Amino acid sequence: MNRLWRASPLTYFALIAATVLSVFPIYWMFVVASRSSDAMGQLPPPMTPGGNLGANISRLFANTDAYFLAGLINSAIVATTVTISVVLFSSLAGFAFAKLRFRGSNALLMVIIATMMVPTQLGVIPLYMLMTKFNLNDRLPAVILPALVTGFGVFMMRQYAGQAVSTELIEAARVDGCGTARIYWNVVVPALRPAAAVLGLLTFMTTWNDFLWPYAVLNDPENPTVQLSLRALSDGYYQDMSQVFTGTAIATLPLLLVFVLFGRQIIGGIMEGAVKA
Amino acid sequence: MALQLDARPPVTPATGTPRPAGSGWWSRIDAKYSPYLYIAPFFVVFAVFGAWPLAYTFWVSLHDWDLLGTDPTFIGAENYTRLLADVDFWHSVVNTLGIFLISTVPQLLLALWLANLLNRHLRLRTGWRMAVLIPNVTSTAAVAIVFGVLFGREFGMVNWLLDLVGIDGIEWKSNRFASWVAISAMVDWRWTGYNALIFLAAMQAIPRDMYEAAAIDGANRARQFWSITVPLLKPTIIFCVIISTIGGLQLFTEPRLFHSGTNAIRGGPLRESQTLTMYMFENAFAPYYNFGYGSAVAWLLFALIAIVAAINVLIIRRLGAGARPDTGKRKGGTR
Repeated sequence: MNRLWRASPLTYFALIAATVLSVFPIYWMFVVASRSSDAMGQLPPPMTPGGNLGANISRLFANTDAYFLAGLINSAIVATTVTISVVLFSSLAGFAFAKLRFRGSNALLMVIIATMMVPTQLGVIPLYMLMTKFNLNDRLPAVILPALVTGFGVFMMRQYAGQAVSTELIEAARVDGCGTARIYWNVVVPALRPAAAVLGLLTFMTTWNDFLWPYAVLNDPENPTVQLSLRALSDGYYQDMSQVFTGTAIATLPLLLVFVLFGRQIIGGIMEGAVKA
Repeated sequence: MALQLDARPPVTPATGTPRPAGSGWWSRIDAKYSPYLYIAPFFVVFAVFGAWPLAYTFWVSLHDWDLLGTDPTFIGAENYTRLLADVDFWHSVVNTLGIFLISTVPQLLLALWLANLLNRHLRLRTGWRMAVLIPNVTSTAAVAIVFGVLFGREFGMVNWLLDLVGIDGIEWKSNRFASWVAISAMVDWRWTGYNALIFLAAMQAIPRDMYEAAAIDGANRARQFWSITVPLLKPTIIFCVIISTIGGLQLFTEPRLFHSGTNAIRGGPLRESQTLTMYMFENAFAPYYNFGYGSAVAWLLFALIAIVAAINVLIIRRLGAGARPDTGKRKGGTR
């Protein structure tokens, strides 16, 4: 066996170092979140959790600058709606591109791939004007609407549908008189389920994390997303870092939970997408 | 994530079926037009909320256009000429390129090295992969705040560690270059593991007997890595460089939340780490609400992204061509 594949103790040492660097900031976030506010001024810095988490949480939710509970609820609404929409529309379009014959499909697919390279973030100014015009500023639809579809989602589903959806089954269903809508529902959806799950997880995490556009369009401090609550906490005149870190910890917790439960699938999705495309 | 876009086989329409039994006009219409119905949502939403705003940004940039927008006056290229003479604009260009350079180069090299480690026969394979990916799934805003504290002047852990080895504390926020380094550390913390997994996936697609043959020819590990792995990874590397360019030049959340308080959108009191996107934001939204000027920044940033992406691809192509082993039969490089 070629030595190239053998893992030496040095390999493990390097990987352990990488792991420590990866995990430490997250761990430390929870440490500070569980201590009193003077933990910040201690040197050497405290490295073990304290017993103040409960008190910090109740102070955080009572903080009248951050509207943290509203932020959590809003982020949950936005991320859930966007995830459902992206998975639904991506699977429909991915199915059409992979398995249906129609005029212009190649060119249209190229357009979708090209959209992935377009920095749409640079269009925030007209987007803001558009939302103002429709009176959606400071309201959640302003955040949800632009995120309802992604080129990445369509492309990922198209790649997966190409090999996971059985052409024979589709043909058989057609012979039996099924329309394309029923084929989508009865043949395509079951086959796409694993990829749809990964796409859903990635979309949820991205949306939960989104900062620039909500920051531009949600200016009402009482109606933030959770990331905007964090900004309010961090920019506050009087900073109580244990409270700020409690906020960052709670905002990160749903993502960590998703990752612990579905990390294997997420990694599989990222790596498979890289190879197959 | 997509790689090697040009190498994909064309779409092969699969339903070349004979007319279904019991077909009427409805099923014919269904087969012909329903695909358009399925792809329509993407195109409609993208046109309204993606493509139109981007194009309209250019139109706005040709106007003197403020928040009220009651009577925007057409002023041609005036926003652009003003911008090109704007010291703060060029300051943010340098910041953006500086942060981009000192974050992306080490990030991709580290990712390559990490992928090489992950590609070995390991115990706990999935565990290591999860460990390197975990920074990527955390909240960007939360991490920016945490790093802002880690790099604090008085009680930051980084300065404390430096102090232990006898290095004086660094002003991570008010020293321009130091703030670039701190922000780059944050970006790399988030993206190195992700890129490593992309590289790992590409490495696993390389046939192992190529390495066996090289080993028989006496090539050592390092030589195998640079002569086989890296050249064969070139399309993946180009992909990662392009994605890093598009993302890196638009950097916003990390530098914005690394700073806090009233000067935050300026990236510190003397704009130490204000990126171009932050400068666009400062002009287009609070405090100035000058849509026209902000839009001009957006378009110049767009141009900058295109130029840097093109330069990067050219550089990588050259490097790849140069790094090819000259043993055996080789098709000509890209030169």
